[in-house]
Amino acid sequence: MKGDPTVDRLLRHLHGGDPRALARAITLVEDQQPEAAGLLAGLDQKRIEDVLVLGLTGPPGAGKSTLTGALITALRKQKYRVGIIAIDPSSPISGGALLGDRIRMMEHALDWEVVVRSMATRGRLGGLCASAGAAARIMAASGCRVVILETVGIGQSEMDIVRLADLTALVLAPGFGDDIQAMKAGILEVADLLVVNKADQPGAGKLQLEMATVFTDPKEREERICATVANEGTGVAILLDRIFTLEGEFRSNGQLHARRKRSFQLETLDWAVEIVKADLREKLKTTTFTSTEPRQAAMEMVSRSGECI
Amino acid sequence: MKYRVLIGKPGLDGHDRGAKFIARALRDAGFEVIYTGIRRTPAEIAAAAVQEDVAAVGLSSMSGAHLRLFPAVVDALAQAGADDIPVLGGGIIPAEDVETMRKAGIREIFTPGTPVDTIIAAFTEACKMQRDRENNEG
Ligand SMILES: Nc1nc2c(ncn2[C@@H]2O[C@H](COP(=O)(O)OP(=O)(O)O)[C@@H](O)[C@H]2O)c(=O)[nH]1
Ligand SMILES: [Mg+2]
Repeated sequence: MKGDPTVDRLLRHLHGGDPRALARAITLVEDQQPEAAGLLAGLDQKRIEDVLVLGLTGPPGAGKSTLTGALITALRKQKYRVGIIAIDPSSPISGGALLGDRIRMMEHALDWEVVVRSMATRGRLGGLCASAGAAARIMAASGCRVVILETVGIGQSEMDIVRLADLTALVLAPGFGDDIQAMKAGILEVADLLVVNKADQPGAGKLQLEMATVFTDPKEREERICATVANEGTGVAILLDRIFTLEGEFRSNGQLHARRKRSFQLETLDWAVEIVKADLREKLKTTTFTSTEPRQAAMEMVSRSGECI
Repeated sequence: MKYRVLIGKPGLDGHDRGAKFIARALRDAGFEVIYTGIRRTPAEIAAAAVQEDVAAVGLSSMSGAHLRLFPAVVDALAQAGADDIPVLGGGIIPAEDVETMRKAGIREIFTPGTPVDTIIAAFTEACKMQRDRENNEG
């Protein structure tokens, strides 16, 4: 907790940008160690205020990691320190995970101003939101100007993670994510920018035209869709430009503040559920129920009358 | 507690079947495996190991360059301030090299034919020791 010498030392080092302290801090949070709460409470709030958390989501294979690599290059040209959190699903059977997003970002491997962290979902999306959100703040506190959150976005639950971001780009490519393209109406609920990647591939033009129909305002249509060839870096400077412009807008019109408030609530709820769950598990061991019906038994457990539902 | 490990493939040869096989076996045994791909320099592997805060690094070599490359990774970890992270290695490694490698700071060497369960057990043990050590240090 606060005043814990180990936590204080870790905080001092990570605020100075020390790579190991930063990495340790993220592990403490990810493993939900008791020191995590005090650590997170001690982070530099000004830096957290100033960071841009950029969500990159889209179907597997669309080029998110490659695009992340290209964005890193563009951000480093502007001398910004960058954080990347690349999230992939844990195997539901073994609980293990194979995390390979780094492969596409290896050209930055020796640049300590580029902080890459791979994370597995560990089967609990709520908890993941909490750890990913906390990891983004730790990276921000270490001096990152931008933190990119890469997630595979196909279902609604993965989209939850996107809500942690200040601004989200949906990455599509010809032939990838036809299911996402089918839910065109819903796209704007999760994405601020649409990236048509693999613009060098057949079908990209058609995809771009299709995506254009998502926007009714011609100005938005112009500004919210970007075409890129991530592995060549084409279109990435423009994309980054749009990202920063939008960030500026969101900061001045209160949108960013509103989103952070929402993600604060989401994360707080996730933590509350995690904490209550642990308590309930303990309670379960010693409780004798009058009801044999799980739903009613649950009501008994949380001392609520079943009638209010 | 989940163990995070890095599987790296230093050197110039492109044969990553062994590395991928071990990466998958470890995943299936419940590990979170960070795979960094082929043709990595020791310094790149060390930097990734630090950033990912892994409890162990596993190296694969099929080209015969292990005598140079595995100790180079140990050195690179030390340079990156992470000499405590254990390094394990396997691949086409003749039995007579095992002792040399151990002396160079490689915790375990897996020669051809080592059963996969033995390899997983060695990673589990290495990770456990590493995490216990860190927790004692606080
Ligand atoms: N032709 C082409 N290939 C690309 C482009 N962007 C990424 N790729 C390739 O698409 C594959 C998947 O990319 P990756 O970044 O791993 O996708 P992710 O699963 O969305 O992270 C890789 O083989 C990349 O080299 C692009 O703009 N054009
Ligand atoms: Mg990826």
